[in-house]
Amino acid sequence: MAVRAAKELRDGDVVFVGIGLPNLACNLARATHAPNLVLIYESGAVGAVPDRLPVSIGDPALVTGSLSVASMADIFMLYLQGGRIQVGFLGGAQVDRYGNINSTVIGKYDAPKVRLPGSGGACEIAVHAERVIVAAALSARSFPAEVDFITSPGHAGKHGTRKELHQPGGGPMRIVTDVGILAPSPQDGELELVGIYPKVEVEDVKAKVGWPLRVRATLEQIPPPTDDELHLLRDVLDPDKLYL
Amino acid sequence: MTAAGIGSGGPAGARAPVSSAKLMSMSDAVSRYVHDGDVVVIEGFTHLICFAAAHEIIRQRRRDLTLCRLTPDLIYDQMIAAGCAKKLIFSWAGNPGVGSLFALRRAVEKGIPHKLEIEEYSHYGLMARFAAGAAKLPFWPLRNYRGSDLPDVNRQIRTVICPYTGEELATVPAINPDVAIIHAQRADAGGDAQIWGLYGVQKEAAFAAKRVILVVEEIVSEAIIRADPNRTLIPGIIVDAVVHEPWGAHPSYAQGYYDRDNDFYVAWENISKEEAGLQAWLDEFVFGVADRNEYLLKLGPAVRERLNAEDQVCEGVNYGF
Repeated sequence: MAVRAAKELRDGDVVFVGIGLPNLACNLARATHAPNLVLIYESGAVGAVPDRLPVSIGDPALVTGSLSVASMADIFMLYLQGGRIQVGFLGGAQVDRYGNINSTVIGKYDAPKVRLPGSGGACEIAVHAERVIVAAALSARSFPAEVDFITSPGHAGKHGTRKELHQPGGGPMRIVTDVGILAPSPQDGELELVGIYPKVEVEDVKAKVGWPLRVRATLEQIPPPTDDELHLLRDVLDPDKLYL
Repeated sequence: MTAAGIGSGGPAGARAPVSSAKLMSMSDAVSRYVHDGDVVVIEGFTHLICFAAAHEIIRQRRRDLTLCRLTPDLIYDQMIAAGCAKKLIFSWAGNPGVGSLFALRRAVEKGIPHKLEIEEYSHYGLMARFAAGAAKLPFWPLRNYRGSDLPDVNRQIRTVICPYTGEELATVPAINPDVAIIHAQRADAGGDAQIWGLYGVQKEAAFAAKRVILVVEEIVSEAIIRADPNRTLIPGIIVDAVVHEPWGAHPSYAQGYYDRDNDFYVAWENISKEEAGLQAWLDEFVFGVADRNEYLLKLGPAVRERLNAEDQVCEGVNYGF
């Protein structure tokens, strides 16, 4: 997942990074095909070059050697709302058929089954980033037809489509999962299967989402990670196995 | 610079030296400036979170507080478990890099120790509330929340039509907390505080508040502050109390002083998972010590040895003209 997510990043992209898999994917991309990736963390570090794996979004290693440290007011107003962010990385407990993401609550808001952390910067990232990449393991529980709560808006939902809402950003363009890749259909924004990992059957993927999953005519066959990529991830970027 | 120059803040010596009247103990600062029922903000985004102040508020058994912070973090989990909070205003409530905040979840899901009212934003939204409060504006406009359910569950998130373009923008109301508690690396005795590394929303939170308690790793001379004024984030004119409390941000960190105690953040998962375990921890590490100094002794030298920051000193700049 980290390897495939890294490939979504283009050299020179300005990326709003989260902790965990997104951070790994960004640092892998920086070490391979995208040396000029600019990593921005919502905590304020701009152009971060962490020389240890950050264990939190505000790790001191993000500051040391960075290009700039901004206030969070600047991060959200000037960098994000100001349209300077090409890629936003998001995760979430639930992702639905239109790419709406829930990181707030499972069950009813006033009587939650599980109370999740909430938006953090996710809502504004989903609104503003040119393109959003979501990384999450696929399962029917995590990919229902409709999320219990829309924390971060996708392509359509009960409040309207991105076009109707005049969203400045592009929304979730790639959902990188452990079995395949979903992307919004150009027609209606519904997520469909566009890529698949080796030895995975399309029917198995379909069983892991809560709506009748459409499959794109030409399916990307995702190559397995190379030895180099595995070495970078396991021995250099996450030697203590914090996330792998 | 001569000794007289340092004390008077400049070669001309025209300015009265910074008074030390604001210097006080944490116990005095909390009893004087934090009251039952207050809206309290203890800011610091992962960095410089003043646990020392929170522990003193718990020891002094403040009640019915409205706690406000972007990330409640372990600090508010502890205050909620101790029964200090009536309401929580926040934007991301997890144990950063680890998982859940169990005391907060027990309060929200089961009403333990009592029901906790919550008011929830995104980071941008809550940051904007501080910005409006600091600028003494009634609200702050932002392009956000379109397509999200957040405005449905928080009626404080509203909209306004831009009088110039006709665009509908989201708004959040100003917040002016009764007291802000800000931890900084260093300040002079008057509370002119310098912060480097991540500085989150501290400036906006401090300017929005009616009273400011400043807590620092080091008290330095006014001359040191004046030698590098670009680094001063919080000016003494908005500060009411200055508390010297080294290691006051542990288990969070102070860039250049000590690292984040990630082991403790991970350990909190097990300490806090059950109500009894958390109360036992509070009994030992908060109620069981008189002040921060005793907490540090209890923590032991090995923890501090492990977390001490390595030096990475930057080159200064030329402020001459």
